[in-house]
Amino acid sequence: MSGEGMVLTGFLAAAIRISTPLLLAATGEMLNERAGVINLGIEGAMLAGALASAVGAAAGGTWAGTLLAVAAGVAVSGAFAAMAIGARTDQIVSGTAVTLGSVGLTGAIYRTAFGPGGPGLSIPTFSALPIPGVARIPLLGPVLFTQPALTYVAWLMVPLAWWFLFRSWWGLALRATGESAEAALASGVPVGRVQMLATLAGGALAGLAGATLVLAQVGTFAEKMTAGRGFIAIAIVVLGRWHPLGILLAALLFGSASALQFAFQAMGLAVPYQLFLVLPYALALLALAGAVGRTRAPAGLGK
Amino acid sequence: MKLTPSLTAFAALGAGFAVLGLGLAVSGYDPILALGALWRGAFGSWYTITSATLVRAIPLIILGLGVALGFRAGALNIGAEGQFYAGAVVAAWVGIQVATWSPVLAVGAVLGSAAVAGVLWIGLPVLLKVRFGVLEVISTLLLNFVAEAMVSYAVTGPLQEAKRVYPQSDPIAESARLWLLPGSRLHGGIILAVLLAVLLWLLFSRTRWGFRLKAVGLGAPAAQVSGRIPVRRVVAGALLWSGAMAGLGGGVEISGVTYTLFQNLSPGYGFTAIAVALLARLHPLGIVATGILFGALEAGAQGMQREAGVPAVSVQVAEATIILAVLLADVLARRAATRSIVAEDPA
Repeated sequence: MSGEGMVLTGFLAAAIRISTPLLLAATGEMLNERAGVINLGIEGAMLAGALASAVGAAAGGTWAGTLLAVAAGVAVSGAFAAMAIGARTDQIVSGTAVTLGSVGLTGAIYRTAFGPGGPGLSIPTFSALPIPGVARIPLLGPVLFTQPALTYVAWLMVPLAWWFLFRSWWGLALRATGESAEAALASGVPVGRVQMLATLAGGALAGLAGATLVLAQVGTFAEKMTAGRGFIAIAIVVLGRWHPLGILLAALLFGSASALQFAFQAMGLAVPYQLFLVLPYALALLALAGAVGRTRAPAGLGK
Repeated sequence: MKLTPSLTAFAALGAGFAVLGLGLAVSGYDPILALGALWRGAFGSWYTITSATLVRAIPLIILGLGVALGFRAGALNIGAEGQFYAGAVVAAWVGIQVATWSPVLAVGAVLGSAAVAGVLWIGLPVLLKVRFGVLEVISTLLLNFVAEAMVSYAVTGPLQEAKRVYPQSDPIAESARLWLLPGSRLHGGIILAVLLAVLLWLLFSRTRWGFRLKAVGLGAPAAQVSGRIPVRRVVAGALLWSGAMAGLGGGVEISGVTYTLFQNLSPGYGFTAIAVALLARLHPLGIVATGILFGALEAGAQGMQREAGVPAVSVQVAEATIILAVLLADVLARRAATRSIVAEDPA
């Protein structure tokens, strides 16, 4: 393969790798936003998932880590749901507080269990699992079909979420709840339970996003390692117009923007690396400005 | 029993400490030893009170006032951390330029420019909110990460010390530094913080502006319908002032405490400030009290880490619990109020 081809393949593979946690978290957040709940605690759920996946993987392998991450995401979102849905406290401030608490809790657990400046976590990670046959297609093979198993799982969530939202009774109930809780209640939808379950499901996906970040992308845990990815996921939901396929495209856009860093490094361009750190956040702001006017959020969002 | 604001505050605090103590016990620490170390780290001596607790309380009070300013108008500025950094970067630069100025002018220039930097930093979210209806919560949050990257770039690039050894700026000029209480690290920022609190209290309670903030905060649609209040202008103004305060907080930290700019200058003051403002129920004088309280908590956390080996970040869990407890108390109070109205008026 030519040098440029290598750079392109590397760039696209990196774009997919970076997109995957964002895709999962955004798909999760979409579920609860479609039910009328905005959960800023998703950043905290993702961070908890990241730590849990590292701890679980160290103890029982990658899939044990994945399961523990999902459980941690559900637990953190459960705390948020108990407040914001159970007691009907302000969703925005409750979500912020839950994220704050998760940052503290994961930091404390990590430092207590693994020590500052300690040997670092040595954990097994998902290795690339080429899908027989299609993995040998030029360009697409190495990019799309030579990914860690967890990445395939993440991408399967997109059609699954689409089917659930638009083809199942529960999806209809969920969307009705998000548009008008009163009307949904009147037609017999258990609104409180729908919002609660949607938020827990969103947390499960955020936890899974944390696991993907650790076990299929970075390979270790660090304090505050999600670095706002949960908040970026919220921007992705807006940009993707609360639709699974739109969210897939938006997540890919963000992943590509972040992956540019590696492409530029490979090409030997000298640009301050902070510029690349800033790129996803700047893109998120731009996306929000451009998208908000043209799209319509679920009518009952945040109420 | 009636839920008064101070009763709620104490209950919320109690909940925070209960969760912290329980967490410590579960993790195998001795809670009594750890909480004792927390107390000694905050109030153990005159030096710890002035140089640890109050020094940390200053940015918390100033940022807490800023957060409260926005929240009063229903505008949630979650980006005080970013505005703090914007103020700090500009203060570190201006502080080096004003070496030949008289102290009053130099300090004034540093603090003033820091406040302006805070306004500029929140300017984009305000614009996005007014023009495009973008939630200020998300835009201000995202800019926090941009601010951190900017500091990282500044201290390894244009603002790095002349020796180019460490990722930090050169110290600001002597003339640009705030006055220190002899024998301590406590600086003049404490006076500024208290004065600002009194000023805001007067503005909130005695002026038309204060009334408008409150009216908009209680219900923007109602205020809009009344036709007498330009809701968007009030919200935008509240956010811009909120950013000014947070930027000022960054300037005060440079001018009074560190004298140099470096990464992680703030241990999350912008987020703790949300707890400070909420626990005080957005009351400026209350914020002085809760700011000192959280300053003590953060100072004590360092003591707890030194003496009992408990990671200092664990107090963030207590802070989060306090915020949630305050929110919960609000809901309970509202429900109780609704019940009493219903009870009085059976029709």
